[in-house]
Amino acid sequence: MSPDAEGDSPATLRSIAGTIRERAITARAVVEGYLNRIEKLDEQLHCFHETCAGHALAAAEAIDEQLDLDQDVGPLAGVPVAIKDNLATDFGHTTCGSRILEAFKSPYTGTAVQRLVDAGAVILGKTNCDEFAMGSSTEHCAFGPTRNPWDPERVPGGSSGGSAAAVAAGLCPAALGSDTGGSTRQPAAFCGVVGVKPSYGRVSRYGLVAFGSSLDQIGTIGRTVEDAAVLLGVIAGADPRDSTCSDAEVPDYLKLINETPPNLRIGVPRQYLSDDNAPEVNEAIERAVNLYKALGAEIVDIDLPLTDYGIATYYVIAPAEASSNLARYDGIRYGRRAELEKGEDLYDLYARSRAEGFGPEVRRRIMLGTYALSAGYYDAYYKRALQVRRLIKQEMDQAFEKCDALLGPTAPTPAFAIGEKVDPLSMYLCDVYTTAANIAGICAVSLPCGYAEAGETRLPIGLQIQCRAFDEATMFRVARMFEANTKYSGTRPPAL
Amino acid sequence: MTDRLSLDEVRHVAKLARLRLTDEQLQQYRGQLSTILDHIAKLEALDVEGVEPMAHPGDLTNRLDADEVGAMLDLEQVLSIAPATESQFLAVPKVLTDEEGS
Repeated sequence: MSPDAEGDSPATLRSIAGTIRERAITARAVVEGYLNRIEKLDEQLHCFHETCAGHALAAAEAIDEQLDLDQDVGPLAGVPVAIKDNLATDFGHTTCGSRILEAFKSPYTGTAVQRLVDAGAVILGKTNCDEFAMGSSTEHCAFGPTRNPWDPERVPGGSSGGSAAAVAAGLCPAALGSDTGGSTRQPAAFCGVVGVKPSYGRVSRYGLVAFGSSLDQIGTIGRTVEDAAVLLGVIAGADPRDSTCSDAEVPDYLKLINETPPNLRIGVPRQYLSDDNAPEVNEAIERAVNLYKALGAEIVDIDLPLTDYGIATYYVIAPAEASSNLARYDGIRYGRRAELEKGEDLYDLYARSRAEGFGPEVRRRIMLGTYALSAGYYDAYYKRALQVRRLIKQEMDQAFEKCDALLGPTAPTPAFAIGEKVDPLSMYLCDVYTTAANIAGICAVSLPCGYAEAGETRLPIGLQIQCRAFDEATMFRVARMFEANTKYSGTRPPAL
Repeated sequence: MTDRLSLDEVRHVAKLARLRLTDEQLQQYRGQLSTILDHIAKLEALDVEGVEPMAHPGDLTNRLDADEVGAMLDLEQVLSIAPATESQFLAVPKVLTDEEGS
């Protein structure tokens, strides 16, 4: 089986690495296959901001040479991976989908990407995202939107829309995204792939351009649960360069992945099956619940009344942290600097560089966060949001005393049309089921669980599984149970 | 459109945030931010009396490293990404004005 052949059943990361290690195909040929597919399909889809063909081919050739010499190569040797463009790489650009960093080249590579490279992975390029990861559709990218491979008139979700769409379209076998309020899971749901938000502290944030520092995590995207778990196993674990990164040991996620956790209790929060969801979404989740029941899991009714307060809490905390983090873009040390006119001073340089460099959504969130932190409003907004954050965390903790995993939809609807969500609040409400995991710091995964018919095509629906902080091992096993008994994972969009 | 924010408040926030916005943009943000703040106002319905604010998930505490010189970026790398430099310095417009005694 050729990993790059169109129409073939797509290969897993382990099978690609195995085929290369056995010399059945060269790493170079694998990389060329994906680069050709990008060349052919990405003009329409616009998943990549930039491919790094020269860099990728040189890295692949180096792997082939190591294999010629019988040298030890890493577990991902020759496996192509795409990287969201808010992850710093010392090759190519790191733009975060923003004009303010349009020409920026990072002088260093972040920890997660470096660990992939050290494991032998070949970085194909940088994928599109909403500017500074602020958005749920990838429409807020300064360099144009990414299109959903299931229907190019629809969004791929966001903010890691380029990464999710690239995996769905077979432009790369796996990718990294980032998740501050759902930015890995929701695009994975919209594109019919698997997306993981690890527990806060599971993966080093060194080299992830900061958005909301108490919420951000780098996430993995793959066609299957196993692929997403393989990638997480490589990038997770202690890092002296991020003091918020946990020293906790990283288990071998593959070891028990095919085994049902003993005495499994699946919690179904009644708020997650809201009448506001698309009917196909609720039907798909109900089918999933029934499948777990048939597989022997105990189904537990859970009450999470604070679900309805997640968006309000998140849209104080995340913009507050963003307004502080994005203060670094001042036109002085790096990034875009405005041309000053005669008589203008340092304040003008800051204010013009930032107004010209940031797009409308980023400006909006900076304003919102600045307001929430400003004198006279701090207690009413920021402090109160942090108090509600604790209440949400307590509510989740209590739920996990009654069950081992929380099941529900990743998003209330399948992918919406490009240009459909004009009002910012309506876009924010897409995150209703995803922000809680970031607020509480727990882990969560989205995997495909059904389709909604939409004219000529059908659109994937995502099943979200949330587990206790640092219990990714259970999360992967619960996700794998569903995947092993259904045929959704790994399905390519019909036109591709 | 709600009027939770006045135009002057929006202008003040833009100044604090160092964003030079046009009057049209300020008007637009006034409406959008007011709508978002109206949604956020639902937090007022919750009783948070005595609840410890949670700035961060998990129980991580400050971690101290040994005071040793580690790998760092060299000057050339830092200067190469700056928008304007003069010899080994970052160049900026004049900071002190004449009235302030430059």
